[in-house]
Amino acid sequence: MTAETFPQRAHRSLRDSQLRRNLAKATSTIRTKTAKVSAELPDWEALRDAGQAIKRETLAELDRHLVALEESVTRAGGVVHWAADAAEARRIIVGLAKAHGAEQVIKIKSMTTDEVELNPALEAAGIRPFETDLADMIVQMAHEKPSHLLVPAIHKNRSEIGALFRDQMDRPDLSDQPGDLTRAARAYLRDKFIETPVAISGANFAVAETGSVVVVESEGNGRMCLTLPKVLISIMGIEKVLPEWEHLEVFLQLLPRASTGERMNPYTSIWTGTQAGERRAGDGPGEFHLVLLDNGRSKILADEAARATLHCIRCSRCLNVCPVYQRAGGHAYDSMYQGPIGAILTPQLKGLDAAGSLPFASSLCGACQEVCPVRIPIPDILVHLRGRVVREGHAGLGEGLAMKAAGTLFDHPALMALALSMGRAAQAPLARDGRIERLPPPLDGWSLGRDFPALPKESFRAWWKRRKASR
Amino acid sequence: MLVSLFITCFNDALFPQTGQAVVTVLERLGCEVAFPEAQSCCGQMHNNSGYQQEAVSLVRRFVEVFEDAEAIVAPATSCVAMIRGQYPRLARAAGDAKLERRVAALAPRVFEFTEFLTDRLGIEDVGAYYPHRVTYHSSCNSLRALALGDRPLRLLRAVRGLELVELAWAEECCGFGGTFAVKNAETSTAMLADKLRHVLDTGAEVCTAGDNSCLMHIGGGLSRQRTGVRAVHLAEILACTEQTAPAS
Amino acid sequence: MSDREAVLAAVRAALGAAPAPSPAQSAYRRKGEMDAAAAQARFLERLADYDVHVEVLDDVQAIAPTVARRMAERETVTLAIPADLPRAWIPENARVLADDALPYPALDTRPSVLTGCALAIAETGTVVLDAGAAQGRRALTLLPDHHLCVVFARQVVETVPEALQNLKAAVDAGRPLTFFSGPSATADIEFDRVVGVHGPRALDILLVRD
Ligand code: SF4
Repeated sequence: MTAETFPQRAHRSLRDSQLRRNLAKATSTIRTKTAKVSAELPDWEALRDAGQAIKRETLAELDRHLVALEESVTRAGGVVHWAADAAEARRIIVGLAKAHGAEQVIKIKSMTTDEVELNPALEAAGIRPFETDLADMIVQMAHEKPSHLLVPAIHKNRSEIGALFRDQMDRPDLSDQPGDLTRAARAYLRDKFIETPVAISGANFAVAETGSVVVVESEGNGRMCLTLPKVLISIMGIEKVLPEWEHLEVFLQLLPRASTGERMNPYTSIWTGTQAGERRAGDGPGEFHLVLLDNGRSKILADEAARATLHCIRCSRCLNVCPVYQRAGGHAYDSMYQGPIGAILTPQLKGLDAAGSLPFASSLCGACQEVCPVRIPIPDILVHLRGRVVREGHAGLGEGLAMKAAGTLFDHPALMALALSMGRAAQAPLARDGRIERLPPPLDGWSLGRDFPALPKESFRAWWKRRKASR
Repeated sequence: MLVSLFITCFNDALFPQTGQAVVTVLERLGCEVAFPEAQSCCGQMHNNSGYQQEAVSLVRRFVEVFEDAEAIVAPATSCVAMIRGQYPRLARAAGDAKLERRVAALAPRVFEFTEFLTDRLGIEDVGAYYPHRVTYHSSCNSLRALALGDRPLRLLRAVRGLELVELAWAEECCGFGGTFAVKNAETSTAMLADKLRHVLDTGAEVCTAGDNSCLMHIGGGLSRQRTGVRAVHLAEILACTEQTAPAS
Repeated sequence: MSDREAVLAAVRAALGAAPAPSPAQSAYRRKGEMDAAAAQARFLERLADYDVHVEVLDDVQAIAPTVARRMAERETVTLAIPADLPRAWIPENARVLADDALPYPALDTRPSVLTGCALAIAETGTVVLDAGAAQGRRALTLLPDHHLCVVFARQVVETVPEALQNLKAAVDAGRPLTFFSGPSATADIEFDRVVGVHGPRALDILLVRD
């Protein structure tokens, strides 16, 4: 186990009432919107079924689809790179940026680049990365970590952001109004978009049949990064491939409605290779690189009970409905993947020894599975991963013994009866008016804000026996 | 009809009055009730905590005890959800095809209490009288895993004297979650705090639900804050009649 | 072993010899049910939810005067156009900037830009550019601050699947697609929607009922 666990990190965020207010406001707004626009489509459930089926079928033959994607992207004039792990991904991307003499790069959709810790590697090579998504830019300027898949700066409110911009952009004139702050971001990035020769992007989907790559966004910074620079480097997890063009019909409906609660997001860019034909000379980057990243995904693929983790389209809807995320906040997950999906994905990517507390950070209420556009059974996967944490020896010894003991009691009603009578005797000094205010360790966590009912004089079983005898 | 009662370990030890209420209601409705004494725990705590092997032996015990029963009724939404949702997976994961078949054959005869009343017996008015202001907390398992819908509400609405008040944010988890309540006690109680606020906002005297695990958590909070609001299992409300209800 | 071989080998090992699942039958709508008039009405209804300025025109002749009026209202003097834009759409006394591989800074001077489109989607209020006729390259509709986009009624399809089916040929030809649904926007600060971030801050849709 590493130094900090989920409960320890949550301990900090739960005390931050500003954060709790920001989160509550943002998530409840978005919940209402997503619920409305998904209910509006008569075939929403059929789309979810189709999304789930396409993902399942794709993963079952992932090798074939990846090779097909490599072929089609290459045919369209792109260059495909393969990265087995984060280090290789960094090496490829930093190498490409250096080869083009870049002193700075612009970035869009950076979850995967966060996962491979690209920015520090770029900086170490003397290349300054500029995040261009408004929220990513805020997080980068504040030297913080993202706290939401889709709205990485959800933990910050307007006055915190205003103060940050006034300081970092040297604009003492700025107010805290979102409109002003947005205009400031536009002005700040405009020249960078036009002058920076290399852009780095993530990808929402890539279509093996056509070699097309898709980026879904709102602000237009994606269009800027994907269109203006001379060189475009996109990185995507290997699970993002879609076999056929037709499949986009499903996901371009599911994603915007589930993520931002819009019928369609403001901008979607789909490009296929580079400006090969002369008709398109001058339209878009002359050089396109696609990096296919494994970095633990093939291991998830191998664990059949957890494989559906790879269906995720990163819509973030599960975060927005999650009561745990809403209170503990994104930083408690210590990952660029937070909330319910983070609780299953992060431990599988980072290892159960490093992130083994995450699968337990859930009340298993099932709200996530209920709304997930690709129907990932998150609670089942959480339970499966808890089993792996235990079997692979990352749970405490004490807990294991307690569970074994409980198992024995449950399997032997006579022993259970004995334990209960011992419990009744032991609770005598603790119980008052039928309640216990302080439970002894390891159950003392219960006593935080809750009384525990004292054991009644008679169990149901004993009552039943007595009743039977008296009849 | 002979109904085999699966009381659940939790109710057996901590909430015997819930089991007694179930017996009262079922007998009032003309059912014969049996209590197979070899029964134990459904294994939910083990399964959800990662101790799936220990859970499998409890699956076996459950199947052996209840295999021949005509109908099995449990007053606990989470235990029924465990049996329906997790038993098949556990049997499969254990590589025990025979157990898997036995589970599949048994599961359709396992009913959650309110489901048994409304679906199997087709009764909504169980002849209860409960002159109190009541709000209903729909446990996550009743809402999602079992999809009980408004069955519990239909039963409550038919109770004479009962004033049902709607709980805001009803679909939101109360924060219990089994060992989650202890392992992530702070997050759990933060969730509880909001639930308590919504309960208190209703002005109800009683908060009810179909599962005593949520109720122990909610009731524990109501008790700690000395609110005077009680957490009472739905079966106990349905068991009350003009004859048994204390004068209010 | 190269990373390519390593990744593919790991994927193959993970999948083992299990047979691929047989494809599921999908039940979502691949075709709309509305007639043309209903689809156009839906398109306008959806646009009303975005911060888009909409003009409904009776014929092609109405385009040029409408463009002139909108430019006056937005106080722009230069009109950027793709080189193949129909002349009849251009207001007579507009200062025209035809995009012939212009350097980016030339487009970044706050002109208005006038283009056609590939098609539009009624159900989502989306317009799609596919680098085809009268649309120009992507930078042309990205850098200027005011985009006037002509959509002919016959170009409106009802659903997203129909749109993608119609766009397949352009993709096969290697052409890039840009979907836009209203002007650029962000909700990154407290989930307050702010219109106009990096893309054009004003979007006019000129729907021509031909
Ligand atoms: S798990 Fe489902 S709901 Fe959560 S981000 Fe992924 S696709 Fe969206």
